[in-house]
Amino acid sequence: MPTDVHQLDDGAWISVNDSREVNVSDLWLLARHEFCPCEMADFLAEGVVEVGVDHPDVEARFAGRCIQCGTEGVTDWLAVGRVIEPETGEFYPVVPESVHVPRKRTRLATPE
Amino acid sequence: MPSKVEKWKDEVYGSEIREHLLEFAEEGWESIPEDEHDAWFERFKWWGLYHQRSGQESYFMMRIGTPNGVIEPGQLEVIGEVAKEYATGPADNPEFGDAYCDWTTRQSIQLHWIKLEDIPEIWDKLESVGLSTQQACGDSWRNIVGCPVAGKDKHEHIDAWPIAEQLNEQFKGNDDYANLPRKWKVSVTGCDEGCGQGDINDLAFEPARKDGELGFNVRVGGGLSRKEARFARDIDVWVPPEQASDVAAGMSALFNEYGDREDRFNARIKFLVDEWGPEKMREVLQAEFVDFELPTAGEDMRDQYTYNSGSQVGHDDHVGVHEQDDGNYYVGLNVLVGRQGADDVLELADIASEYGSGEVRLTQRQNIIIMDVPEENLDALLDEPLLSEYSPNPSPFKRGSIACTGTEFCSLSIVETKNRQVRYARWLEANVDLPEDHEDFHIHLSGCTASCAQPQIADVSLRGMKTRKDGDPVEALDIGLGGGLGENPHFADWVEMRVPADEVPGAIANLVERFKELREERPVPEGQEGRDGEAVERETFREFVEARDEETLAELVEPEETDYEDPYMHNTKTTWYPYVDDDDMDASPAPTDGKGESLAPSDD
Ligand code: HEM
Ligand code: SF4
Ligand SMILES: [Zn+2]
Repeated sequence: MPTDVHQLDDGAWISVNDSREVNVSDLWLLARHEFCPCEMADFLAEGVVEVGVDHPDVEARFAGRCIQCGTEGVTDWLAVGRVIEPETGEFYPVVPESVHVPRKRTRLATPE
Repeated sequence: MPSKVEKWKDEVYGSEIREHLLEFAEEGWESIPEDEHDAWFERFKWWGLYHQRSGQESYFMMRIGTPNGVIEPGQLEVIGEVAKEYATGPADNPEFGDAYCDWTTRQSIQLHWIKLEDIPEIWDKLESVGLSTQQACGDSWRNIVGCPVAGKDKHEHIDAWPIAEQLNEQFKGNDDYANLPRKWKVSVTGCDEGCGQGDINDLAFEPARKDGELGFNVRVGGGLSRKEARFARDIDVWVPPEQASDVAAGMSALFNEYGDREDRFNARIKFLVDEWGPEKMREVLQAEFVDFELPTAGEDMRDQYTYNSGSQVGHDDHVGVHEQDDGNYYVGLNVLVGRQGADDVLELADIASEYGSGEVRLTQRQNIIIMDVPEENLDALLDEPLLSEYSPNPSPFKRGSIACTGTEFCSLSIVETKNRQVRYARWLEANVDLPEDHEDFHIHLSGCTASCAQPQIADVSLRGMKTRKDGDPVEALDIGLGGGLGENPHFADWVEMRVPADEVPGAIANLVERFKELREERPVPEGQEGRDGEAVERETFREFVEARDEETLAELVEPEETDYEDPYMHNTKTTWYPYVDDDDMDASPAPTDGKGESLAPSDD
């Protein structure tokens, strides 16, 4: 089955195959990004804005703020986890505190 | 493409959700198929049930909508009983114990730790006295708000209570308006103090006179959420009281038709008003949604508004002893951050019947009012020990405090809120003196940008954030200043960002000191010397903020560690419950069955 992703509760959650998987309020470290002037952005995810799938990655754009420099805005696409076997649909989340590199676009975006 | 939520709503929504809920309740938590959780939790909101956050699976927040905050004789007792019996979770809150009611900023009631299995019994009890959870959350007509003393107030021009009642009758459980693109928040006020808070609602009726007749001016598109705060905009329409419901029906039908169902973040009517402008809103309303000629706006009473106006005169809130229109008194009690233990609620119910009519009302400042107290009962009422805890004469810092739900239960939250605000208020009361002419000083704390505590309309606005302290992430708050309502409402200016939460009380203390030093004097305008007989008056806090730019203000807020201690610095959202010893997510007993026994797989 194709991986089904959507946001819930006003952007509080990313739901993957109808299971609430990624919540807001975590800090994400972003490298090679255009979000703010910081070399490494220390990004507080306040709300999910857009979700998508670029198999096997589940991706999202978050609204939030870099707590180093104060820049506010919406990130490019971040991989938030993977669904490796579409048959089981099992989701493996990434660790927000490790380093992430945002991408410009994802293959399958659903603006919900 | 319609959003996923819209697809679910197309399948099942509105009144019919109840049957499903009753069935699930009968069969227990595990009968909700796991891959349908998202869809059902979204739908349950319509019946006032909001699934609690991660680590608290199978527990719900239940909201009871009380139109205009009116709790009729006999109802408070049932609310207290329901809270005591059912709103108990696997762990206690250190400030509030294990069963409590939250009085909310939209004059509703929230109970937490509700089990699915108990919902039928709870509904039976609530509904037997005319209370309802219908449409308390979800995409439709929400609880209607207004001046909490409507119908009893000396300051009233139109009794708005029958209109609020009528709107509630007409639009609760009405299939034509059950499934709107988004929440629909309405305020109706007939008093000249502005305490309906119409300016921050989707649709507002406020008192106005046209050709000598009293009715309402109509404003549309207010709301605070998501850093997109808007005041409701004047669409140049006046209605007589008997046609208010036609205009309300028309405007919500317009929203139903033209609101954005593809992007929930763009769905609130405030964004449609942004796009169309007030003139087009009026034109479309007139052309497509009402069948009579809409009169242009009448003469409003906004210049008399004192409520949350920062002016330090008149009614800034409803705390204290005030005479009613009928010669009885109402006694507004301060409930710090709106939370009251179930035993105290039951005692209050007794007191309200013993000294008053038994009716109480909820305010939009999270407080509760005992209604209809004859003058001869006042002294005895004021001597009741319960009123030392819930005071009609609280210190300004306790009186002015509002806090939302926060990380205790809410998925969106960034920081802990209610317990923290209780500690802030205590510390400020003990350590900071406001100038003598300032009895009203509002501090509102919201755990995230959804703004349920209405931070943007406070003197000091606090909003959940994070920062690093010695390299470690800690809970923090953005600090805004100078917000409020009144004739010319103003949103707070955010002046100091990401202040570690334990430095916020110090920041407020420093700010108040600077304000006392620097506030300016000016001559009282001629003819107005009467206020207190003096020829000079001094800037109010709100004027003080308005007269200074953000940079200057930022310098006046100087975050500082003090002897205030904050036990909630440690990313409380990552716990299953922030206040227990073993707060690790993995230590959560949730989900539990109907008896509260853990269904979670155990380690051994
Ligand atoms: C679990 C608890 C709660 C959750 C998850 C929650 C969720 C939300 C969300 C998502 C928003 C922004 C939505 C939007 O764009 O319209 C919001 C706004 C708001 N909520 Fe809550 N809320 C909670 C508790 C409360 C309480 C206790 C009240 C009082 C009845 C309340 C009153 C408000 C108000 C006044 C606003 C902002 C004004 C507005 O834009 O309409 N909320 N809430
Ligand atoms: S303001 Fe945010 S944290 Fe507070 S109750 Fe509302 S949604 Fe939750
Ligand atoms: Zn940065």
